[in-house]
Amino acid sequence: MKKEPISTGAEWTFELIQRYDAEISRIADSYGLDTYPNQIEIITSEQMMDAYSSVGMPLNYNHWSFGKQFVETEQNYKRGRMGLAYEIVINSDPCISYLMEENTMTMQALVIAHACYGHNSFFKGNYLFRTWTDATAIIDYLLFAKNYIRKCEERHGAAEVEEILDSCHALMNYGVNRYQRPQPLTAAEERERQQAREEYIQRHVNELWNTIPQKEEDASHKEIHFPAEPEENILYFVEKNAPLLESWQREIIRIVRKVSQYFYPQKQTQVMNEGWACFWHYTLLHGLYDEGLVNDGFMMEFLHSHSSVVYQPPFDSPYFSGINPYTLGYNMMNDIRRICEHPTAEDRDWFPEIAGSDWNETLHDAMRNYKDESFILQFLSPALIRELKLFTIMDDAERPTLGVSSIHDELGYQQIREDLAAQYNLGNREPNIQVYNVNVRGDRALTLRHYVHSGQPLADDGEEVLRHLHRLWGFDVHLESVLPDGTVTSAIHCPVLQKDMIEQM
Amino acid sequence: MGIGSMSYIIDRRQNAKKKSTVNRQRFLKRYKKHIKEAVEDAVNSRSITNIDQGGSVTIPRRDISEPIFHHGPGGKTKRVFPGNKEFIVGDEFQRPSGGGGGGGSGDGSASNQGEGMDDFTFQISQEEFLDFMFDGLELPYLVKKQLKNTTQFETRRAGFTNSGAPEKIHIVRSLRSAQARRVALSGKERREIRELEQEIETLNSRLPDTEAEQQILCLQEKIEALQARIKRIPWIDDFDIKYNNTIRVPVPSSKAVMFCVMDVSGSMTQSIKDIAKRFFVLLYLFLKRNYKQIEVVFVRHHTHAKEVDEQEFFYSRETGGTIVSSALKLTGEILEERYPAGDWNIYVAQASDGDNWDGDSNICGDLLQSKILPNVQYFSYVEITTGPHQNLWVEYEKVHSSWNDSFAMHQITDASEIYPVFRKLFEKKTEGAA
Repeated sequence: MKKEPISTGAEWTFELIQRYDAEISRIADSYGLDTYPNQIEIITSEQMMDAYSSVGMPLNYNHWSFGKQFVETEQNYKRGRMGLAYEIVINSDPCISYLMEENTMTMQALVIAHACYGHNSFFKGNYLFRTWTDATAIIDYLLFAKNYIRKCEERHGAAEVEEILDSCHALMNYGVNRYQRPQPLTAAEERERQQAREEYIQRHVNELWNTIPQKEEDASHKEIHFPAEPEENILYFVEKNAPLLESWQREIIRIVRKVSQYFYPQKQTQVMNEGWACFWHYTLLHGLYDEGLVNDGFMMEFLHSHSSVVYQPPFDSPYFSGINPYTLGYNMMNDIRRICEHPTAEDRDWFPEIAGSDWNETLHDAMRNYKDESFILQFLSPALIRELKLFTIMDDAERPTLGVSSIHDELGYQQIREDLAAQYNLGNREPNIQVYNVNVRGDRALTLRHYVHSGQPLADDGEEVLRHLHRLWGFDVHLESVLPDGTVTSAIHCPVLQKDMIEQM
Repeated sequence: MGIGSMSYIIDRRQNAKKKSTVNRQRFLKRYKKHIKEAVEDAVNSRSITNIDQGGSVTIPRRDISEPIFHHGPGGKTKRVFPGNKEFIVGDEFQRPSGGGGGGGSGDGSASNQGEGMDDFTFQISQEEFLDFMFDGLELPYLVKKQLKNTTQFETRRAGFTNSGAPEKIHIVRSLRSAQARRVALSGKERREIRELEQEIETLNSRLPDTEAEQQILCLQEKIEALQARIKRIPWIDDFDIKYNNTIRVPVPSSKAVMFCVMDVSGSMTQSIKDIAKRFFVLLYLFLKRNYKQIEVVFVRHHTHAKEVDEQEFFYSRETGGTIVSSALKLTGEILEERYPAGDWNIYVAQASDGDNWDGDSNICGDLLQSKILPNVQYFSYVEITTGPHQNLWVEYEKVHSSWNDSFAMHQITDASEIYPVFRKLFEKKTEGAA
């Protein structure tokens, strides 16, 4: 029972978008995709650049770095060095997707399938998003943040607010709780409680620092650690404990770390999220085609675009810039379906639980319960490793040459899986730096510890980040790099000279 | 979501564009120093004709990067690559030099952010270019002069009135209002005529009938009487006549005239002329940008002065000796003839290598003090020479001491100084004589 195509030309209209959306929604529903309601917004390319440069959010506080981002985006776009993304989608309820007006009808349909049903269902289903973000509150919260920061600028001057934001941004990656679930973001509560919080924090900080300096004799058993356990969320620690900050400054730190926390799941699920969205736009649009709702011309254009999105240039190509998360994710999703539907002996060997199972259920289960690192560790198959011809290069700074440590063969499969999974472990990618101690009764100096991972040192601009931390903390700041055996290999300080001078005196 | 769920589709294209404008402005402000340097470089190195186009600004990555904690090169790292061709386990090869892609290898300061140490280059628009170029500059005392000059009026149309001079009569409106009046005044009569005509019509149907005929005649007489009454209504009356109304509106004057005076004598080498040209071009752009109405008078001189057009001023070749006073005399004459000081903000900029016939310089001083300086807002003199000051400079210094506020002089030794000197001459002055 072939139907008439919904449309045949390249031009889109609002009515057509509505019809495509309705049909795609119907097919998505038949696969059990569970989504937030969709809010589809048509915007111009210029608005797309705007959205791009404020970290993809529809509204954000003002900061020069977003302007820099905008200038750079605009420049690349004008020079034709970069196409704009076809879409931006926001993890919110309703789920907001931006469609560019320049897109053809086919592209709009592709984006609807990809973002409004693919990403949207991922946001709603994946455990990290469910745990760490509150889709219903984010837009309100950003509005609160924008207004709050604007008011601070009026009251305290834009320059002063900018300084605080600069410093917070430098430490933004260290403004997240990695293991402990945060308070949900609720904007209404946020506003109500903000006043109370100001008073409370100030009192708490006062109590901490009110400790009367102890006599010399006490210094001998000065083994008290504050914090008692190392604190991974540096911005949180500073917000709660920095001695000299004013309450509005603490609130700004809080805003930055809340935003950082909101993006934390996205950083950990890029491969899965894109893979899921690509898998579903492919499946849903083929659903339209099978029913005759789109014609061959539509499919040609769609497949052209699809294959360039999931193209992986080989390592020696001039276009190579790392592993394409779209390729990896899409291929893995497809591969899981293949393993479920047509398992080989090898698949049955490697994936006894899923080989031959219901593919849609298995895929949904993977989407709900994994992040990139664990997803790869669990589902990257020998077949796909062979198809992508993956291999591992070992770079040991102590050796003069690079070495190939694994390739796509029987011996290498498990190792490559682990190597690739480790590559998506944020804990490996970002230096592990935590608040180690505060000299509460002495000079109030703050000591951070960098727990060195496979011998990798900090990059040079660590000193600059430390200067930002110093600005927030208000007293001396030290950063020690510590080997697994507990020996301190190196340390940087801010201010650099002052401490040495004191020691000499 | 169920099948019934509806997506909202919203057209946002008319919404606020340029949301990033604030952020972009903040970015430009933060890197003002870099941008100004780039603008000054461009001013110094570009040819005159394209000096006011936008430009590209380059900021070293180092200055613009936002620092974060990340791993530097070193340690043991593994990285998975796609597309293996012939590698087998144990293959070894040299580290690629240049860094970036090699998973932590590469030169010491390369960043993780993919871009390496490329400089950050972006375009600023012509508008922004000029803003930065003229940032903080202002033709001196313009504001005060503007206030004084509000005596100027402009005639603007402002609807219609019932009185005025005959040459302002608006014919169409007058006739239209006369017709309206006629229609209004004759309403009763015309209605009666219509009724009578209807009666005649019904009577006509009874014809031939003598009684009816009688009545018709009677009615026709009545109609004629009424029509005569209508005719007595004047075709046009005094109060029908409408006049165009005009009012006089005071217009704040930002009229300025700029005199560019340049020595083109034999002692002026090509490179000196080039420098002078640039100086005037800057001035010209500055004026064009800051004033609605600008007139520029170009006076070039050797032993004789001549008023020329822009093209000739900059590009025609003439040589000869130098009598600076000839140019000042001509300037004074033009001022008197065409630019009364009450109506115009007058600025004079003179460029010379400072060489002058002996004995002419004190004539210049006299001319300046008697004919020119009393009338002008600002007179700026640049002496373009690498050598010691010439006699004109000495004479002008005397002038400067008594006309401190409206007379400025500066020396330029090479092209790179043009812009700084220009800035110095025209920087905002908060106080001074009007």
